[in-house]
Amino acid sequence: MPNQDPSARRNFLKVAGSAAILGAMSRVMLRPAEATPAMLNFAIRNIVGEAQVQTGRVKLDIPPLVENGNAVPVTVSVASPMTADDYVKSIHVFNEKNPQPYIGNFYLTPASGRAQVSTRIRLADSQKVVAIAQMSDGSFWSASVDVVVTLAACTEEL
Amino acid sequence: MKRACAMLVAALLVAAAPLRAAEIPPDQRRSGYSFMGPDSKAMQDDDTANPGMLWVLDGEALWNKRPGAANNACADCHGDARASMKGVAARYPAFDKALGRPVDLEQRINLCRAQHQQAPALDYESHDLLALSAFIANQSRGMPITPDGDSQLAPFIARGHELFMQRQGQLNLACANCHDDNWDKRLAGAAITQGQPTGYPMYRLEWQTLGSLQRRLRGCMTGIRAQAYNYGAPELVELELYLMSRAAGMPIETPAVRP
Amino acid sequence: MASALINVPKRAKRGDIIEIRALTSHIMETGYRRKASGEIVPRDIITSFTCRFNGQEIFRADLFPAIAANPYFSFFTTARESGRFEFEWTGDNGFSQTASAAITVE
Repeated sequence: MPNQDPSARRNFLKVAGSAAILGAMSRVMLRPAEATPAMLNFAIRNIVGEAQVQTGRVKLDIPPLVENGNAVPVTVSVASPMTADDYVKSIHVFNEKNPQPYIGNFYLTPASGRAQVSTRIRLADSQKVVAIAQMSDGSFWSASVDVVVTLAACTEEL
Repeated sequence: MKRACAMLVAALLVAAAPLRAAEIPPDQRRSGYSFMGPDSKAMQDDDTANPGMLWVLDGEALWNKRPGAANNACADCHGDARASMKGVAARYPAFDKALGRPVDLEQRINLCRAQHQQAPALDYESHDLLALSAFIANQSRGMPITPDGDSQLAPFIARGHELFMQRQGQLNLACANCHDDNWDKRLAGAAITQGQPTGYPMYRLEWQTLGSLQRRLRGCMTGIRAQAYNYGAPELVELELYLMSRAAGMPIETPAVRP
Repeated sequence: MASALINVPKRAKRGDIIEIRALTSHIMETGYRRKASGEIVPRDIITSFTCRFNGQEIFRADLFPAIAANPYFSFFTTARESGRFEFEWTGDNGFSQTASAAITVE
């Protein structure tokens, strides 16, 4: 999956909207053993609909190398004046390879003052994490990061 | 002849000695904290982000509760834990004269429950026992580990040391093979570390919860394919005792965060 | 026993943008793990977190199994008046937890 080039990524997000792909996805969804890049696109389309997702304005802070995938610190911040006329309505975080592509949806208001949210997430494996922000004018902006997850050497049985 | 025998025994001892290296020199001792990346360190350092503080908070509530027939709270005897429990976890396991053996902090809490609160014992790794031990150990945060000086502990510490040096399990490894000899290396992507017991009970990201030193020791034993001792077994307390003596002077970090 | 750890500044100046942090105890069992016996451990997660100020929603989150155990959130709000923040977590198996914190705005 090419994702180094921002323009390629934008195309990649755009492509996923077609009805044919949605149809194929609903069959995959029945067995969510592991999310796939296609499921990631499907999840994103679920949120953004047919809107175009542009790269930029969103900053996704996540350590490039993670010591344990059970609690990975993530901060998403969005460049926005956060006024009543121009603010971030919501932030959505997705992943590529967990059993399901959704991580969290966060809903803000103009009173938030700063469009920034931090949490800790689970990453089952090294993979891509995508953050998308919906602005009050209806536009969508995104950022994505590739994360390397190291697995613990000694684990216990559940 | 006698001398030759003694030399032969000495030679055999050397040949059979399971390990090549000596103990870690005091000035090279390092907490597991120092092996972590900046993100894990930040999680431990900030009490509003450290998940272990949830247990500390619950432990504070339990400290003031009256769980048993005697209608006694910990606070009724010990008062404000901030004063009375300061430094306590830094010297446990301690020698119990009545029992004639060392008891760890968890066992001390349960002895208190049985003797003074007439309350049932709490299981190892139960939420309440972790919460109480985390709350108590948190009162010693920043204080140096100062092992109980009771001379009657000597044979128990020695046994803990023997256990630490003894190869076991299908992988035939001793604790020391990793944590004395190879602490500066990595096992797959993870740092091996020195196995210093400075932060227990600790929040381990792998566990996704708080856990005791005994849980960690049992996990290591399972890892080398050995049969782990049961929770509360004398061998585990002896290992705890040796580890605390090995870490004497290092500051308590409870509740620590580790990968 | 469930507990929550809330961090809100006790005082702020009108117009200050303040950070709010909330940490709560929850296993966040994904529903994808198996026991040694092969049996799936049923899902048990928090699905929603809401923060209200003087009754009005100022932040909300939908949580999925990919949110780490003992969920932690940090977010911002503009201090406008004195009052009370109310926090609510709800989830599977009827899980519900609340907490609150007061702020004085000068």
